[in-house]
Amino acid sequence: MSTQVKEVGAGAAKHRQARQSKSDSTPRSRPALLLDENIIEIVSDSGEGAQRCGQSFAAIAARMGNGIWTVQIIPAEIQPPHRSIAGASGNRVRIAAHRVTNGGDEADLVVAFNEQVLLGRLRAGEIRPGGIILLESMWRDDKDPEIAAAYARVCEEVRSAGYRLYEVPMEAECVKHVPDPRRGKNMFALGMLCGIYSLDVELARSQVRFVFAKKDPKIIDANIELLDAGRAWAEANLDLKFAIPATRPKEPQVVMNGNAALALGVVASGMEVCSMYPITPATSASHYLSDIFDKVGCVVHQAEDEIAACTFAIGASYAGKCAVTITSGPGLSLKQEALGLAVMGEIPLVVVDVQRGGPSTGQPTKPEQSDLLAACFGGHGDAPKVVMAVSSIEDCFYSLITARKIAETFNMVVVVLSDASLATAQQPFPRPSFSEGWLAPPVDQSAVPEGAKPYDWDPQTGIAARFIPGQPGGMHCLTGLAHDRFSHVAYDPAVNQEGIRQRARKLATLQATLKTPPLYGGEEGELLLIGWGSTRGAIEEAVDMLRGKKKRVSSMHLKFLQPMASGIGEVMRRFDKVMTVENNWSDTLDDEIADKQSQRFTNLGWLLRAHYLVDVTCWGQVRGQPMKPGAVVEAALTRLGRK
Amino acid sequence: MTATMTQCLLRLVEEHHTLADYQGDVVPRWCAGCGDNAILAAMQRLCRDEQLPPEKTVFVSGIGCSSRLPHYMHAYGFHGVHGRALPVAEGVRLRRPDLHIFVTTGDGDCCSIGAAHWIHAIRYNMNMTVLLHDNQIYGLTKKQVSPTSPRGLKSNTTPRGAYLNPLNPLTVTLGVSNVSFVAQAVDWIPDLLYDIIAEAHRHHGLGFVRILQRCPEFMDHRFDEAVRDPSKTRILVHGDGLRLKPELSRIYHNKEVHDPLDMPRALAIAALEDEIPVGILYKNPAVPCYEDVREAERPNTPDLIRTVLDEEFDKVTIWPDEQEPPAAAE
Repeated sequence: MSTQVKEVGAGAAKHRQARQSKSDSTPRSRPALLLDENIIEIVSDSGEGAQRCGQSFAAIAARMGNGIWTVQIIPAEIQPPHRSIAGASGNRVRIAAHRVTNGGDEADLVVAFNEQVLLGRLRAGEIRPGGIILLESMWRDDKDPEIAAAYARVCEEVRSAGYRLYEVPMEAECVKHVPDPRRGKNMFALGMLCGIYSLDVELARSQVRFVFAKKDPKIIDANIELLDAGRAWAEANLDLKFAIPATRPKEPQVVMNGNAALALGVVASGMEVCSMYPITPATSASHYLSDIFDKVGCVVHQAEDEIAACTFAIGASYAGKCAVTITSGPGLSLKQEALGLAVMGEIPLVVVDVQRGGPSTGQPTKPEQSDLLAACFGGHGDAPKVVMAVSSIEDCFYSLITARKIAETFNMVVVVLSDASLATAQQPFPRPSFSEGWLAPPVDQSAVPEGAKPYDWDPQTGIAARFIPGQPGGMHCLTGLAHDRFSHVAYDPAVNQEGIRQRARKLATLQATLKTPPLYGGEEGELLLIGWGSTRGAIEEAVDMLRGKKKRVSSMHLKFLQPMASGIGEVMRRFDKVMTVENNWSDTLDDEIADKQSQRFTNLGWLLRAHYLVDVTCWGQVRGQPMKPGAVVEAALTRLGRK
Repeated sequence: MTATMTQCLLRLVEEHHTLADYQGDVVPRWCAGCGDNAILAAMQRLCRDEQLPPEKTVFVSGIGCSSRLPHYMHAYGFHGVHGRALPVAEGVRLRRPDLHIFVTTGDGDCCSIGAAHWIHAIRYNMNMTVLLHDNQIYGLTKKQVSPTSPRGLKSNTTPRGAYLNPLNPLTVTLGVSNVSFVAQAVDWIPDLLYDIIAEAHRHHGLGFVRILQRCPEFMDHRFDEAVRDPSKTRILVHGDGLRLKPELSRIYHNKEVHDPLDMPRALAIAALEDEIPVGILYKNPAVPCYEDVREAERPNTPDLIRTVLDEEFDKVTIWPDEQEPPAAAE
C-alpha cells in the first residue's frame, strides 16, 4: 500500500499568506494561509460516518466563532451499494470569517473515502475546478483488480482535470490505533481537517467527547486518539495549512438544523399535541420532538396515516388543545380534504410542511419549493388558509410561535413551509430567551353568553368566538357542510355566500396587518429578484455579488405567501424587470416546449402575476439542490441581458 | 364560599336534565322507519339516564345518513369528513378525559373509506363509544353496495348483483389487538339497543357496537325474517354482560350464556351466519387506553417549557466566553 503523498496540479495559490492566529494552539511548523471562507465536503459510503465528521467539524468552527452553514449530502436509499456514484453520503461545510446564510457554490476541498463517491460529487459539479481532493488510497492496492483499476482511472481523471489530488492512507493509519478502522476513519478525517484549517485542538477534543458522550469512555478515548492522529498526520505529510479568522460572538449562539429548530419552536409555542406520520424529510423534526415533548407534558402521536394525523390534530384543536401536524409534500396532498374541514369549521391548526422534490414520490431527500400552490389552493372550494415560509434556521424556531398565534387568533389553518435544504442545514443564531408571551392563554371553559352563536362573525374582522367542548351553553354541531351562524346546515343560497365571504374576510383582516417586505440592495433599479423560503441566503448573497459588479439588482423575500402584504405591487413597479428565483419548475421561452401563450410559471410566478398584473419572469431549477448564489448571479445576468 | 342546603337543592334541580335537554333544535331528516331514529332515541335516553352534562358530551361523526346524528342532539357535535370520525374523536379524547365521547358512523364510513382508522382505533382503545350504524347499503348517495352488503345485492353500482361476500365487522373488530369491547344490537329491539349502548358507554375503553339497522328506502325487507321470527336472534346473556328483562325473555327464547371474556366463543358467535347474535360478545376492562398510557406526567406550564427549552439550548449553545462545549449530552 502506498503511503506516499502525491500532489499534482498547480492549484489555486490566490490566497494571501499570513501568520497563524495567536489563539491557535497547533504546532507552528508551517505558516497558515489566511482565508476569508472555504467550502469543505466530506463524503463516504453510507454508514462510514462522514456526516458525523462534517457536523463535528462545523460545530468546532462555530464554537471558535466562525460563521458556518452545513448541508447534508444524503443518498436517497437506506443502503445504497458500496462504492457507488449515487451513494455519496456526507456533509458540506461552509466556514467563513463572517456570517454564512447558505451552502455556497462549489467546494474548495473534499475528503472522500473512496473514488466513486468522489466521482459522484465531481459529476454533480460540486467541486471547484482546481480544488483540493483528499482521497483514501487503500483502493489502489485492492485485491479486486477491477476496484484497483477503477481507482487508478479516477485518480488519473482528476489529475488531468487539474484538481490537486492527495492520496491519503487513512485506513492504514487508523489501523495503527484501532482494530476496526472503518469505524474510526471519520474521526481521523476530522483530525486532518482540524489540522488543515488550524482549528483549536482542545475544542476539537471536547467536541468528540460531546459527540460520544453516551458511549463507553474507552470509545471516547479511542476516537480522541484517532482525532489527534489525523491532525498529526496532516501536519507531517500535507502542505496544506489554512486559517479562517474567527470572532467569538458577543451573545450566546445556538447551533442546530432547521428541523430541530422547528421542533423547539413547537415546544416554545405552547402547543400540546403533535400528530404526524413518518415522511422524509420532515420526520427528523418529529424525532427530536418525540424526545423532548414528554418532558413538557405533551404528546407526539404517530398516527396510522397522514389523513389520521391531520384529523387527529383537528380533533385535539377542536377540543381546545391547539395542535400541529408535521409532514412533507405527499402528506400535504393527503391532508387536503381534512384541511378544508378545518377551514370550514374554523378550527385553528398549524401544518408544517418540509417540502421535497415532487410530484409523486419525486425526490424525497432533495429540496424543492414544490408545495406553495398546493398549500394555498390544494383543496377543493374556496378555502382560505394562511401560508408562510421560513427562510433561515432561526426563522424555523420563531415561525411556529407566530403560526400558532395566527391560527388561534383567526381560527384558521396556518401552513408553515420549510424544505429539505433547511431541514438538515445547520447555522448558528442568537440563543432565544423564552417569553411567556409566546404561549396562548389557557382554554376558556366559562359559560358562553346567553344567545351567543357559534359562528357570530364579526362584521369588521370576520372572526367568531370559538365554543370549545366543556363550555356550558356553547353546544352546537360543527359541520363541514355549509352552515349559518348557528352552525345549522345551510339550505339557503345566501347563507353559503355569507359563510364563504366571512372566512375570506379573516384573511383580509390578517392581510391588513402585514408590512411590505423590505428590499435587500437598493430601493429601485434594473432588476428585482423575488424569492421565498430557504433560498433567501443564496439570493441575498447573489445580490451582493451583483451589486459588487455595479449591477442595480435588489431582492425581496416573502414570508407571507397567503395573504401577501400590501405594497409589493408598487415595489415591483420601481424596477425595470422582476424575476422570481425558486427551486421550482418554470417553462422558459428559449425552450421549444413553450411560447408566450403556453408558458407555465413557477409557484411564486403564478401568484405574483395573478395578484399584481406585472409581467414577472421566472427563473427556477428542479435539480434537487439547495439554491446556489452563483447560479442566481448567472440567471440575473442573463435576465439583465448583458452577460 | 359555602352554599346553603337550599342553594344546593336548587342547583340540583337546575342541573337535572330531561330528555328534551338532549334534543337538538333541528328536526331529524331521516326517512320514516329508518333505524337511525331508534338509535337517536336510545342515545337521548342514555344521556338523560346517565345525566351527562350536554356541554361535556361530544358526538363525532363522519359522512352518511348515520353521521347526521350529532345535528339532532343537544350537545357538542362534530360532523366532519367521510371516514375520519374516529381519528377526530381520538384527538378530542387525548387531552380531554372530562368529556363523554360518542362516535356515530356507518358501514361505508367505518368499514370502507375509514377502514384503516377503524382497525387502529380498536388498537388505540381510547375511551369512547362507537356506534356502527350498519344498514348494509349507501343511503345518502342513493343505493350503492357497501362492504357489508350481502352477496348478490342489486344496487346502482352492482345492477347484476354484488360480487363478493360481505365483510363481517364483528370478526374483524374482534381480531384486532387491544380490542376491549364488542357488542351487537339491532334497531328493532329498542330496549336491548339501549342496554347495549349503555354497557358500551360504561366500559372504560373503546366500546364498539355494531347496530344492524333497517333502511326502508333502499334495503326494504332485508331484516324482515329476523324481525318476525325471534328464534333467528340469539341473545347473549351473562352476569357480567346483558341481563334480559322478563318481558323480552318471554319473546326471545334463543339465548346463550356467554362470558364476555371468552374470546374463542366470541369469535364463533360473531361468525354465525343463520342467526343474529345480540348482546356483548367481548368485554375486557383490563386493556389499557392509549390516552392513559400517554397521560402527561406533569402539566405543560410556562416554567416547565422554559426549563426544557433551556436544557435543550444548553446542549447546543456557544457561549461568548466558552472554553469547552457542555460536558455531555446526557
